[in-house]
Amino acid sequence: MPNFFTENSDLLYQFDRLDLKEVVELTESGYNQSEKYSFAPVNYEDAIQNYKKILEVVGDISGNFIAPRAASVDEIGASFENGKVTYAKGTKESIDLLSKAELMGMILPREYGGLNFPTTIYMMAVEMISRADASLMNIFGLQDIGKTIAQFADDNLKTEYLPHFASGKFTGAMALTEPDAGSDLQAVKLSAYQDESGNWFLRGVKRFITNGNGDVLLVLARTEPGTKDARGLSMFACYGDETVKVRRIEHKLGIHGSPTCELQFNDTPAKLVGQRRFGLLKYVIYLMNRARVGIGAQSLGISQAAYEEALKYAKAREQFDKPIVQLPVISNMLIEMKINIEASRSLFYQTCVWLDKKERYEDEADKFRSEKKSLAEINEKIKEASKITAFLTPLTKLLLSESANKITYDALQIHGGTGYMKEFNIERLFRDARITNIYEGTSQMQVVAASGGAINDILADYFNAWDKKEYKGNLSYLLAHIQEMRNIYYDCLKYLKDKKDKSFHEIASKDIVEIYGSIYISYLLLAEADTDNRKIFTARRFILDSLAKALKNQETIKLELYTDILHADTILK
Amino acid sequence: MGYHSIVLVKQVPDTANISGQVMKEDGTVNRALLPAIFNHEDRVALEIALQIQDNFGGTVSAITMGPPRASDVLRECLFMGADNAYLISDRKFAGADTLATSYVLSEAIKKIGNYDFIFAGRQAIDGDTAQVGPQTAEKLGIPQITYAQEIISLKENHAVIKKKIEGGYEILETALPCLITVLKDAVFPRPYKAKRVMTYKNAKTLIELEKLTEGNSLLYIDQLKYEYISKHIYINTLTMDDLKLDSERCGVAGSPTKVHKIESVVLKGNKHENIEPTKQGIGNLIDKLMEDHIFG
Repeated sequence: MPNFFTENSDLLYQFDRLDLKEVVELTESGYNQSEKYSFAPVNYEDAIQNYKKILEVVGDISGNFIAPRAASVDEIGASFENGKVTYAKGTKESIDLLSKAELMGMILPREYGGLNFPTTIYMMAVEMISRADASLMNIFGLQDIGKTIAQFADDNLKTEYLPHFASGKFTGAMALTEPDAGSDLQAVKLSAYQDESGNWFLRGVKRFITNGNGDVLLVLARTEPGTKDARGLSMFACYGDETVKVRRIEHKLGIHGSPTCELQFNDTPAKLVGQRRFGLLKYVIYLMNRARVGIGAQSLGISQAAYEEALKYAKAREQFDKPIVQLPVISNMLIEMKINIEASRSLFYQTCVWLDKKERYEDEADKFRSEKKSLAEINEKIKEASKITAFLTPLTKLLLSESANKITYDALQIHGGTGYMKEFNIERLFRDARITNIYEGTSQMQVVAASGGAINDILADYFNAWDKKEYKGNLSYLLAHIQEMRNIYYDCLKYLKDKKDKSFHEIASKDIVEIYGSIYISYLLLAEADTDNRKIFTARRFILDSLAKALKNQETIKLELYTDILHADTILK
Repeated sequence: MGYHSIVLVKQVPDTANISGQVMKEDGTVNRALLPAIFNHEDRVALEIALQIQDNFGGTVSAITMGPPRASDVLRECLFMGADNAYLISDRKFAGADTLATSYVLSEAIKKIGNYDFIFAGRQAIDGDTAQVGPQTAEKLGIPQITYAQEIISLKENHAVIKKKIEGGYEILETALPCLITVLKDAVFPRPYKAKRVMTYKNAKTLIELEKLTEGNSLLYIDQLKYEYISKHIYINTLTMDDLKLDSERCGVAGSPTKVHKIESVVLKGNKHENIEPTKQGIGNLIDKLMEDHIFG
């Protein structure tokens, strides 16, 4: 009876460390809902107890219900016949069970049937669901669509859609990508037009739409004919009714349980969400940031599953008269995975808390605005939280999805030839991981998004403050290593600045983002090691490894490895 | 309309997850090391009661006889959807066999009163006797159907039930009230409902409330109980005195079952013999088994 929450000591550790006080106070605005809803918390401690209880339920369902179905979901997959998409049996059973458990509206307001949980807690649930079956995350993780409607749509739309999202009756999809608009969403062409009475209709094609067969679709469409950029795009909500034709579903390497659809909108009646022209600039950015965090959780879940499989196999498999886990090269690979997962988890839940803070501050500012209160202080907070999430979100998506690929790769390697066969879970995990660093923005796009924050040294004040802290015992030598990394970082920055070569910058920004991200995580792990002895090994391995990598990145830049980019035409001829 | 169902539930040691330290050298089980869980077949029984409630309305009450910590399973019943929960607990109930247990349960059920169905799991995984349900029905003087697989129909005062028997099924019709024990695969129990988990996570029995008042002079038990009742998070708690029971029929005193001896039987093969898959070989095998009194 594996419970993916109570039996995952590191997840429990991160849960217990969460500092959500400010977030919960704002989310529950004075805990006044307990009068109306018997399940609403009466204070912070009660809220935390609620979260823990519910995560236990999710852990139980993930470990005992969803995980045992994952292999058959992968084998059968979602299917498409006569224009209709059907989930695999296991997918359907899991969604039904999660709906009965009232877990499909975790982040929606209570008045629409939701649980009103912070995103951080929801993401812990997403991590566990992903560990059980990565493809189910692509449906369970779509609660962000309801959240986007809750955040920006008018009350009519909220009342129309949200209770059905919360009950699990509706699933959603976000329809952004088009054949010619992938990473570059500004190129979206699908058109939205109005009839004489002002009703909106959609016409055009969307591609690679996860769960495109969903009941409610959020669609990015061009409302201003003749425009070519983001300012002509608006966001719509519509039903996946008979005017939305699923043309095909893709046959994919992994996440077989999640249908990826090509959709054709034939004058589909739709409703505008929020303001015109803000579709991409505001609402998609909001949705996309949340979705990226979701992929972080999915990556982490897959990594955890792969590590567990590799560890189990290494303990059971005997070669040279002993279990292979006792071979130094194998145990080293397992240690690397475990440290990587713990570092990732530490980064991940920090990112989630910052995202929660940013969104709660923004809600608070809206409230102040309507009450005509001064916004000066809250605006400062929003500015800070926005700056940090703008860096941490792409960083997290980048690092965690790349890690999931590395970890599943190594975990398969530990299985040897056996791992290449369908009989073992690792074969599926390896395939499932491969999409994580592609969709919701490729790793290359995440580097671009994170590089601004990295180059501008936006966390300098935090780093400086952490430098001044007293660390116990001999942890100070680790602090010295982190400071060494910072020096490497400044050295690289200066080199790039002096060099003044745009292409070179673009390529090298990956190195800079990696160094800067590692510095941040190193500080997080150092703080953890300071209060928890178990984390000393984690901090030591991670910081030394990061330092070694930073030195390599520095050399890569200073050896001018990338200057041959000027001769790309010749080399690639 | 609607039906009132009472569901008998039991907290049992998790015998499916026995690790090395749990088994003592003498072959007995160290209960303290075993996690306590909701007996699975009782969860199935509760699910059937809740489905009747979903379809016809009415109420569902869960009841358990056990030590104070058995309140865990009652909270879990509330998480699934039970309307009321009853803990029947008293030090004098300790050591009860099925006879004494069914006596206490039947008296508690009489006190709760006004029921149409009593559901229970076929048996609990710790004792495996499958006796408590039938004995309870006997004492209440109501019909019983054991090994139920499905409620085929339910109309006013009559239920048609499919029951598993060796080699097939039996379809039985019964008048209500009746007691039904169910098989583990009759239905799949619903999960805990998130909102109910948060609502009832702090539901407490009288014993647990008394614990809270110990060493806290600011808390008065009557006041506390009233507060919990008004918040609908009080778990009804009944003792031997509350039920006005005959102490001679409770606990060890009321239990004719005496455990004479517990023996740990370890089957250990020390040699093996190859039997050729021929007529001669099989004949020899049969002779050997007859010799050892395994056959015949």
